[in-house]
Amino acid sequence: MTTGNDFAVVLFESVSHALGAEKIVKGSGIGCKLIHVPRHLSSDCGICLRFHAADRERVEALLRGKLHFFEIKLL
Amino acid sequence: MKTIYLDNAATSFPKPEAMLSAMTAYQRNVGANPGRSGHGLSIDAGRIICEARESLALLFHVEDPLRIVLTKNSTEALNIALQGGLRPGDHVITSGMEHNSVMRPLRFLEGRGVELSVVPCSPRGEMDPEDLKKVLRKNTRIVVVTHASNVTGTILPVEAIGELLQDRPDVMFCVDAAQTAGALPIDVEKMNIDLLAFTGHKSLFGPQGTGGLYIREGLDQRIAPLMMGGTGSRSEFEEQPEFMPDRYESGTPNTIGIAGLGAGVSFVLEQTVEAVRAREEELASRFLAGLQDLRDEVILYGPQDASRQTAVVSFNIKNVTSSDAADYFEEQRGILCRPGLHCAPSAHRTIGTFPRGTVRFSFGFFNTQQEVDDACEALRELVKRKGKPGS
Repeated sequence: MTTGNDFAVVLFESVSHALGAEKIVKGSGIGCKLIHVPRHLSSDCGICLRFHAADRERVEALLRGKLHFFEIKLL
Repeated sequence: MKTIYLDNAATSFPKPEAMLSAMTAYQRNVGANPGRSGHGLSIDAGRIICEARESLALLFHVEDPLRIVLTKNSTEALNIALQGGLRPGDHVITSGMEHNSVMRPLRFLEGRGVELSVVPCSPRGEMDPEDLKKVLRKNTRIVVVTHASNVTGTILPVEAIGELLQDRPDVMFCVDAAQTAGALPIDVEKMNIDLLAFTGHKSLFGPQGTGGLYIREGLDQRIAPLMMGGTGSRSEFEEQPEFMPDRYESGTPNTIGIAGLGAGVSFVLEQTVEAVRAREEELASRFLAGLQDLRDEVILYGPQDASRQTAVVSFNIKNVTSSDAADYFEEQRGILCRPGLHCAPSAHRTIGTFPRGTVRFSFGFFNTQQEVDDACEALRELVKRKGKPGS
């Protein structure tokens, strides 16, 4: 389960963005998974991209400038 | 009797096998609503739509796939562009070869205070871009033209129009590619196209009920959405999202149709548009050449030059109505075509066939040379028979 600080998520404005990001992150060999946006982060019904918190900098560098995202949050 | 389908300008038939299997695979194995949840099947559905958008972007040389709004057909796409982009007091220019998917929204808007100029075309349906230049005004907001006529197949000078509008960034250039998406090369950058409306079920080999609109970056704030509703995004707000493509895509999409469209576009990309074009040009050329000895009896419309038209050929046979001819072709020869006015009264006025209409044979990628020869033979036979009593 995604408790503690083991995981982080990227929040997006739409599913299209989340799917695009998944492609980029997975493509670079970093493990990730699309999950429901946890209730405590947003009341949106969308999805977000979960990954190991240790990969945070790499994920951010991969997405920055390529694809618009709201923010990265630790779970 | 074997059926020969020559109504590809209305919708292409048959479709590639991959299109059918993509649709059944979606409904059998996925089935979920894309973008409405985070469960696996919903994400798989979202992926299908994403991939279709990416293929379309590749085909039209669109850098960001999210600039493509998926609609139910090109009519909806054109309505978003025209009704969403024009206000009372604005001026809009179109050609004399348009389909009613352009003319009806424009006539409606004219009644609401939008000024409309229709650039006349030659009797073969050709337009001189200089004539368009002459009617440009300070308040011109949109120039909308068809890429190729659905009546005569005439290809309009889209690239030249795009070029002459380059010094008017306030004018949005909208192209109706219903007849050409997949059949002729389209590059929104090279052609300076701001708004590209296309249908999925003709030369993109998708199912009916699919289409889309490309909107150049920076223009979405000038085009109001026609429909608003649930998008699966920004659910906490009661206002429509501003970002692409959600701004224009409300309600559950036609996922099964888009699955088929994606597979159809992939088929076109595999074959290449150039190869599709070469094949269709060859079929049209063969048909035109096959009618040469009937020129006293058969009136041909449009350029009568396969390199300047799509694989659409309109004609009339002297003293035979288009509907009688179509009945003969189907009953005696199994040839399916379309007679009449083809939803484009303005184009028929331009070529001088209003209200009589024309018989339209429209060839497609899956037609064969033999079918073209059979079509020529059927015409020859009808011409021979028409003078005889009881025919």
